[in-house]
Amino acid sequence: MNSEASLHAVKEQGLKPGWLAFGLLLGSGVLVSLGIGLGSAGWEGLGDLRSDPLAWQIVRDIRLPRTLGAWLAGALLGLAGAIAQGVFRNPLADPYLLGSASGASLGVALAMAALGASPFALQGLLRLSITGAAFAGAAGAVLLTLVLARGAHDTLRLLLAGVVVGVVLGAASSMVLLLTPQIMQAMQSFMLGSTAFVGWSACALMAAVLAGVLLAAWALGRVLDGLALGEATAQSLGLPLAPLRLLLIVLLALATGTAVAQCGLIAFVGLAAPHLVRSLVRTMHRWLLLLSAGMGAALLLGADLLARALVAPQELPVGVLTAVLGGSYLLWLMHRRGLEERP
Amino acid sequence: MSAPESAKEWALQAEQLSVALGGRPVLQDLTLRLPAGRWTSIVGPNGAGKSTLLRALAGMGEVHGQVLLQGRALTRWSRRERACTLAWLGQSQAAPEEMSVYEVAMLGRLPHQGWLAAPSAQDHAAVEQALRQTQSWDWRARSLGRLSGGERQRVLLARALAVQAPVLLMDEPLAHLDPPHQTAWLGCVQQLVAQGTTVVSVLHELSMALLSQELVVLEHGRVLHQGPSADPASHAALEQVFEHRIQVRAIDDQWVALPRLPPRSP
Repeated sequence: MNSEASLHAVKEQGLKPGWLAFGLLLGSGVLVSLGIGLGSAGWEGLGDLRSDPLAWQIVRDIRLPRTLGAWLAGALLGLAGAIAQGVFRNPLADPYLLGSASGASLGVALAMAALGASPFALQGLLRLSITGAAFAGAAGAVLLTLVLARGAHDTLRLLLAGVVVGVVLGAASSMVLLLTPQIMQAMQSFMLGSTAFVGWSACALMAAVLAGVLLAAWALGRVLDGLALGEATAQSLGLPLAPLRLLLIVLLALATGTAVAQCGLIAFVGLAAPHLVRSLVRTMHRWLLLLSAGMGAALLLGADLLARALVAPQELPVGVLTAVLGGSYLLWLMHRRGLEERP
Repeated sequence: MSAPESAKEWALQAEQLSVALGGRPVLQDLTLRLPAGRWTSIVGPNGAGKSTLLRALAGMGEVHGQVLLQGRALTRWSRRERACTLAWLGQSQAAPEEMSVYEVAMLGRLPHQGWLAAPSAQDHAAVEQALRQTQSWDWRARSLGRLSGGERQRVLLARALAVQAPVLLMDEPLAHLDPPHQTAWLGCVQQLVAQGTTVVSVLHELSMALLSQELVVLEHGRVLHQGPSADPASHAALEQVFEHRIQVRAIDDQWVALPRLPPRSP
């Protein structure tokens, strides 16, 4: 244990992961309390809210589940992004790369065309069938990718199959849209992503999936570390690659599908969260997975608050904000890296 | 060299091994026995199948024929047991830029660790020893992205050493290493062999290969020659396989391979 202590003493770069985790928790706490107080009429203090039963009901039934929902969906996407980047050993991998996004879109388009419903404005059975269709679509697309790639043996084949599935299912949902133009606007809002209609049951579902996936991913963190040395070395270290990769892809699909079903196709959170974590701490996959979930959560919740506040009492689709913010962050990162590499 | 009597004394045996890559046969009906506790070098021209042979011996890729590790078929070993017994260092491996040197070396301990267990004192000791053996201990906290090619190669070597396997396979371990560190690598291998480890290395540095105990010369996926490195027959095979463009000479009791230049025109 001595050597580990001295290792930390000479560790030359980055925060300790524990500090970042603490910071993310603290930041999330602040953002959640902001989310509770932020209404369409501006900021309200928590004290005022408690004394007014009607306002408190709004907080309990709408703002709180929405705020927690954004946090949970962000965590799922951040975690999925970290898993995807680890499995594919590619920093550009994102949660949607195995076709889950276009699968979910197709599922939702078909459900809306069949039911004639708008995606988020409805509660009860209809909403359930739309989220169910989104999840089934995402899971089905990943399954199709796995079948086309003949299992998880070959990473490149998986990526290519994912691209093919994405394009084909994307074309199919465009076709559905063309044939039923009345769902066009509702589809658009699904594609941009929104946290506006997350209720308590959705929160509970996302929390349960997050807990399960996080635990399983934590247990597989070592595998991702081993994979970072290349597949051959990982194999020589005794890791049964094909079944483990399959398991990781199932976790990836589960996390992505759950988030997408509740909040639509939110862009860039899954890609940017692991990058942000890596730029702040140097760490192994166990911490990277955990911190990426926390970072994704804080990112999406922060973006959701901005989306609610910027043009209040209207609100922006949160997916637009995550795309703009995430995109500019990655650009900045690229720019900074370019500067570092030049002498 | 006196031939080992029982199968136990062979660290690795390949029997009628054939491997095809992309439909092209790379190894053809190759039979080879590598003695335990000795250092064997595999040499041959580009495309002779050296790396493929090493990978097949490590149980990677699809093969026809059989590989025996310590007398037992590779397929009858459990993954973990095999990984503890046989360590493999590939050529130009992927290296995770953001991991620290210490963390990379610790990955060599994966086969010894439980799924969720933290590294034991023994793991830390093995990693420290491996990093000291490769002169990488002093910068153990640096991330791999900040190392030069040679330094990185030493860390990857440390990762393979940290497994502390009785059989160690290395594919071009000297790539990117400067001469002092090549010499250090030599010392490290000799120390391992003195401790009873079987070392098998694929080498392009023929003078280094001539310092090993046993030489395997590959040509077109077949074993052209196997014998002690000091044996004139081995030298003849070496000169032959490289089309007599090299010559093996003794300098200060040490065999070296030198380029054979065409006679200068007057």
